[in-house]
Amino acid sequence: MRVPVTELPARNTPALGWKSTMSTLNTPTIYKRNTADRIKKNVVSGKLSAVLILLPPALILFSLFVILPLVDAAYYSGFSWNGYGAPSDFVGGQNYQRLLDHSVFHTALWNTAKLMLVSLIIQMPLALGLALLVYRKTPTNTLFRLVFFLPYILAEVAAGLIWSFVFDGDYGITASILQSMGQESVYVLADRQWAFPAIMTVIVWKYFGFHMMIYIAALQSVPKDLIEAAKLEGAKPRQVAWFVQIPMIKHALVVSGFFAIIGSLQIFDIIIPMTNGGPSNTTHTIVTYLYTFGLSRLNIGFGSAAAVVLFVLAIGIAFFYKRSTGKEDQA
Amino acid sequence: MNGTTRNTLRVILLILVASLVIGPLLAAVFGGFKTNPELRTNPLWLPESWNPENYIAILLDGNFWRYLGNSFFISSMTVLLTLVVGAAAAYVFAQIRFLGSKMILSYLLLGLMFPFAAAILPLFIKVRDLGLLDTYWGVILPQTAFGLSLSILLFKAFFDQLPRELFEAAYVDGCSYLRFFWSFTLPLSTPILATVGVFVFVQSWNNFLLPLVVLNDRALYTWSLGMMQFQGEYLTQWNMILAFVSLTIMPAVIFFLAAQKYIVAGLTGGSVKG
Repeated sequence: MRVPVTELPARNTPALGWKSTMSTLNTPTIYKRNTADRIKKNVVSGKLSAVLILLPPALILFSLFVILPLVDAAYYSGFSWNGYGAPSDFVGGQNYQRLLDHSVFHTALWNTAKLMLVSLIIQMPLALGLALLVYRKTPTNTLFRLVFFLPYILAEVAAGLIWSFVFDGDYGITASILQSMGQESVYVLADRQWAFPAIMTVIVWKYFGFHMMIYIAALQSVPKDLIEAAKLEGAKPRQVAWFVQIPMIKHALVVSGFFAIIGSLQIFDIIIPMTNGGPSNTTHTIVTYLYTFGLSRLNIGFGSAAAVVLFVLAIGIAFFYKRSTGKEDQA
Repeated sequence: MNGTTRNTLRVILLILVASLVIGPLLAAVFGGFKTNPELRTNPLWLPESWNPENYIAILLDGNFWRYLGNSFFISSMTVLLTLVVGAAAAYVFAQIRFLGSKMILSYLLLGLMFPFAAAILPLFIKVRDLGLLDTYWGVILPQTAFGLSLSILLFKAFFDQLPRELFEAAYVDGCSYLRFFWSFTLPLSTPILATVGVFVFVQSWNNFLLPLVVLNDRALYTWSLGMMQFQGEYLTQWNMILAFVSLTIMPAVIFFLAAQKYIVAGLTGGSVKG
């Protein structure tokens, strides 16, 4: 908490029984101006009614549509259930067993891991390089920034559809480039070898601008005198970037890395229009897997098991992230 | 290497990347003006003649406007609800300390860690059991719920920075917590309301998985579902599909250019603070 709680007035009103009821009146002078009567009447009833009116909508919505479904997922995952009636066919860990034995699920996990690697190894350095090129506030830089950020605001489905045209074997841009080089056109998205690299290309295209923006915000807050000092010492621009700017924005790099990893876990929309998980189930991610094998076939129990795996991965990553960044974040 | 060549190289590199970024988008817009045979031989460059027929056909189709209208309604209601519900909760945490308030705040912020997709199956069951399948609210309410964590975090950070003297003065004058929230906190918070609002709107406008699961009735389709439906109907008529995609991304692009300040602040600022 950034605002320190003033404990003094709270100790003066033990009758209220609340830990720090008076924290809002944090200067003793104002406290003295109020009579004890008024405090009891207004503060307690006013606070109570405010809390009781303002807080429940958020609590109810959040519990009903976020927490409860996640608890349900854990419960459903123990049943063989098509979603109708109450789940009654308890199968213990069988759904998890099936999941672990399913080769498509292995592919989905591996593909998700590949997305993470591509984000960390290709996308983030690319974004960082571009951020270093355009972080200064000039009109041309602003224009480039807007262009680079544009794919990020487009819907994934729309981006997926546009790129499935680009990669189309009859009409696409890759096809016409190959033909102009005298090669035979390739149906990229129907090719087991090329379909997933194509998807990874689109992911980089779609999200590098987001990471670049995070770095730009951080780079702009690096103190100018540090950079000037390095230049006076004779450092070349590359050295300034490597020894001054990049170390100074380490926090932004960690944050964006976290977002890249969590984002990779959730890729779904782009895959559906591009390959829909095909050819022969080679381009599934965890989410397309749980959608295809859980929801569209109404194997709610089985799909829930996949959801639990996804959930555990996300929580594990979040905890790892929190531990590695220490206690500076409050959330 | 002197400064001028360095800068020239820099600009060339940037233009190269920029054309890779915009190329597919322009190809889509141009493609919508082409005939299918022309598209086959010339997928990337300007069309030989600009035939607006595909675009006109889609614009005259009532379904297209219906999809956009549905999306607009769902997104607007999601924004409205998230702002009211989220700001109200954040106000409580910023202004009133009571036993357990920290715990409740941590509970509400748990959503920052949860992937939306992990909840989609039970969410489908929940929405169905509540009788909300094939209704706008079946999309709006879960979207709001999943947007609450981030918005509460951002609102609370902003409310914490509002001058406390203001509340003390108003309080001495007999202003209640509720009235203070309504007539002081909210009006003073327009920057963060705009930032969160734009962020939630974009998220909701682009959402695909939830509408896909909740909406079966074509009359309720959002534009992303409508687009996939359209693609299914026209399969290989790429010129029609590209025209449709171009038209649907147009509102997003215009909105982005108009509200870029808030979009960039909301999308990146939110993540850095979170």
